[in-house]
Amino acid sequence: MTQGPVLLSVRGLRKSFGATEVLRGIDLDVHERELVFIIGPSGSGKSTLLRCCNRLEEPSSGSIIVDGTDLMARGTDINLLRRRIGMVFQNFNLYPHMTALGNVMLALRRVLKKPRAEAEEIARAALARVGLADKAANYPTELSGGQQQRVAIARAVALDPKIMLFDEPTSALDPELVGSVLATMRELRESGMTMMVVSHEMGFARAAADRVLFMDQGEIIEQGPPTQIFEDPREARTRAFVQQINRH
Amino acid sequence: METLLDLRDAFFNLDIILRASPILISGFWMTLKLILTVVPLGLLGGLIVALLYTVPSRAVRWPLIVYVDLFRAFPPLVLLVFIYAGLPFAGYEISAFAAVSLGFFLNTSSYYGEILRAGIESIPRGQVEAARSTGLSKWQAMTWVVLPQAVRNVLPDLISNTLEVAKLTSLASVVALPELLFQARQAQSLTFNATPIMAAAIVYFVLLWPLVRLLSRLEHRMIASH
Ligand SMILES: Nc1ncnc2c1ncn2[C@@H]1O[C@H](COP(=O)(O)OP(=O)(O)O)[C@@H](O)[C@H]1O
Ligand SMILES: [Mg+2]
Repeated sequence: MTQGPVLLSVRGLRKSFGATEVLRGIDLDVHERELVFIIGPSGSGKSTLLRCCNRLEEPSSGSIIVDGTDLMARGTDINLLRRRIGMVFQNFNLYPHMTALGNVMLALRRVLKKPRAEAEEIARAALARVGLADKAANYPTELSGGQQQRVAIARAVALDPKIMLFDEPTSALDPELVGSVLATMRELRESGMTMMVVSHEMGFARAAADRVLFMDQGEIIEQGPPTQIFEDPREARTRAFVQQINRH
Repeated sequence: METLLDLRDAFFNLDIILRASPILISGFWMTLKLILTVVPLGLLGGLIVALLYTVPSRAVRWPLIVYVDLFRAFPPLVLLVFIYAGLPFAGYEISAFAAVSLGFFLNTSSYYGEILRAGIESIPRGQVEAARSTGLSKWQAMTWVVLPQAVRNVLPDLISNTLEVAKLTSLASVVALPELLFQARQAQSLTFNATPIMAAAIVYFVLLWPLVRLLSRLEHRMIASH
């Protein structure tokens, strides 16, 4: 694959919670239209890495540049930048007092200040894109987990982000609902979205990832194309982790 | 039969009602005015208290805890008398209405504040993070995501507290504010008859009963939905 320009550039990223250092110097470039897949044991810092990339977590040191804008610079309007960085959470985090349409419209109305009619049009298109045009009027409790996660994806996509961060998007789902979310993610990828995905769905990684990162104890241990990481890892730690995952 | 008639004359004396009605009506208006002053002010103060609780700073939190604890522990009657009778000694002349409003503000904003704080804390953090990840500011997330749900979650407590406050406004009679109870007692001592007190009791009931009903229905609905 020919590589596009760098969209997300992370340098020397460190993050500590109190005395424990959770990220110990992460360097990472994500190119336009690239899908970077992140694996690693629980507690290795995957979520923290994603959350630093939109400053839901404040990095302790290092630099993060998104689409040419320094995330950490004083002059950066973080709220303006965040709509360029979509995020999808393990627990969906939909707003239960709003319909699916309301969930998608909120930021369009309050952040982008779109008039109601235009916001609704964009929101309906986003819901249609994730296959939920007919669920616009439903509240989250009336939707299955898979549908809720797709609404959450639509909520991020509607803002026309440059890059999307997925933090274990299918881990909270019943097995039979995982497929619909992965299919939605595949479509996003095919439409050219740049994505960083933390997940245990190795089948998805093999089929859709350009690059797989293996993280352990706050460091990137190894990275490469899916075939290398899954079939012929160089590092012993990677091999042990992949074997353990494959056994499941 | 004789005693029943006596009772009627003492408690439901139509003649007395007619004579006392102007003073009772003025008392009713004063009570209403008091409730409509004290409840919105208390809610506003409570909202500010609850929002200040979300500020992660000790310099904010400690004074807040002192404020809330102090005015929740203070008996409201003592507070009213203290403000009304005490402030003039410090050189501040204050009207009965202002004294009562201030006393109730200090008391009710503390209670409303604790209730709203519990409501705010009942909303999962993840929702705020999702809102912030789409570019909403802290205040926008609070306004559009947290508060609507928080208020709904603690609505029975808010109404229950409002009822309490409405009832407590009768304490104002102690500092000679001519509200309903004060006026009824005036009328009672002028007419040597308990009918004005009875009338006041009925007015309180009619005024507050709709809130009681609403509360009861909400509580049933909350139980049913859990
Ligand atoms: N807000 C926090 N406060 C303290 N420790 C945290 C916090 N968030 C994460 N951690 C710790 O950081 C480490 C990495 O967590 P996380 O990034 O969630 O790992 P992963 O997503 O790979 O499972 C864990 O040990 C976790 O306990
Ligand atoms: Mg995680």
